[in-house]
Amino acid sequence: MSSNSNTKLIALVVDDNKIMRNIEVKLLTKLGVEACEVYNGKEAVDLLRDENEFDLILMDLNMPVMNGLEATRLLREMGVTTRIIGLSSQASEYVREVFMEAGVDDFVEKPLSHTKLASILTKYFKN
Amino acid sequence: MDVNQLQKRFVDYTTTLVQEKGFLDDQFNQLQQLQDESNPDFVFEVVSVFFEDTDRLLNELGKTLDQQNVDFKKVDAHVHQLKGSSSSIGAQRVRNVCIAFRNCCEEQNIEGSLRCLQQLKHEYSLVKNKLEYLFRLEQQILAAGGSIPTWNE
Repeated sequence: MSSNSNTKLIALVVDDNKIMRNIEVKLLTKLGVEACEVYNGKEAVDLLRDENEFDLILMDLNMPVMNGLEATRLLREMGVTTRIIGLSSQASEYVREVFMEAGVDDFVEKPLSHTKLASILTKYFKN
Repeated sequence: MDVNQLQKRFVDYTTTLVQEKGFLDDQFNQLQQLQDESNPDFVFEVVSVFFEDTDRLLNELGKTLDQQNVDFKKVDAHVHQLKGSSSSIGAQRVRNVCIAFRNCCEEQNIEGSLRCLQQLKHEYSLVKNKLEYLFRLEQQILAAGGSIPTWNE
């Protein structure tokens, strides 16, 4: 899908923690973004392999079955160009680096807040 | 007690939980701000999931630490989940115990892990009682025809 001013952005929340998913979906909805959610990296990869398209992916780091790093690498190998934001409660420089090397566009420390998400949306989807 | 008194009690109690006792942090405030007319029970719903998850995880942690050969990888995974959940709702004292607990997992320290589990149960029980009281206050305010007041640190 295209993310022009007439189209509502669509985001995918990838997190194994139901509470985190609920909050992230609610934050996105409040900011006018449509949100889908999946439980782990593999589900995200499967969804995009089935040609579902998103403008933004919020990718958790530690998840069962497939973590955020593996999922991001696979998505980039598949040619997915969607903006991917890596999320983790471990806010070290090391985590940021491994996430960036895997192919995310940016990294944000969890928990996600209204301010942090609004700043991501402004940075990547200004128009 | 009239609506105004109930609302004042709600604000005072929430402020105490955040500022004086440190049970909750600003994340709980963020959660309350996400609640709106389209989803008036949002905080209650999220916190209820936190209660369910935590009851299950504490039970799992007890069982895992009770084994002859403790699987610390499994213990750490449960504590990681709990750290994420507590951090999401702003239960900072629970989250802080999780951080110490994960250090014990890394050192494969059984005694330290058992101590952390007891501390975790204690902190969880305290914050659960406080939040349940807060929700009861909310219900009383709504039943008396009032709206839930907002508060700031």
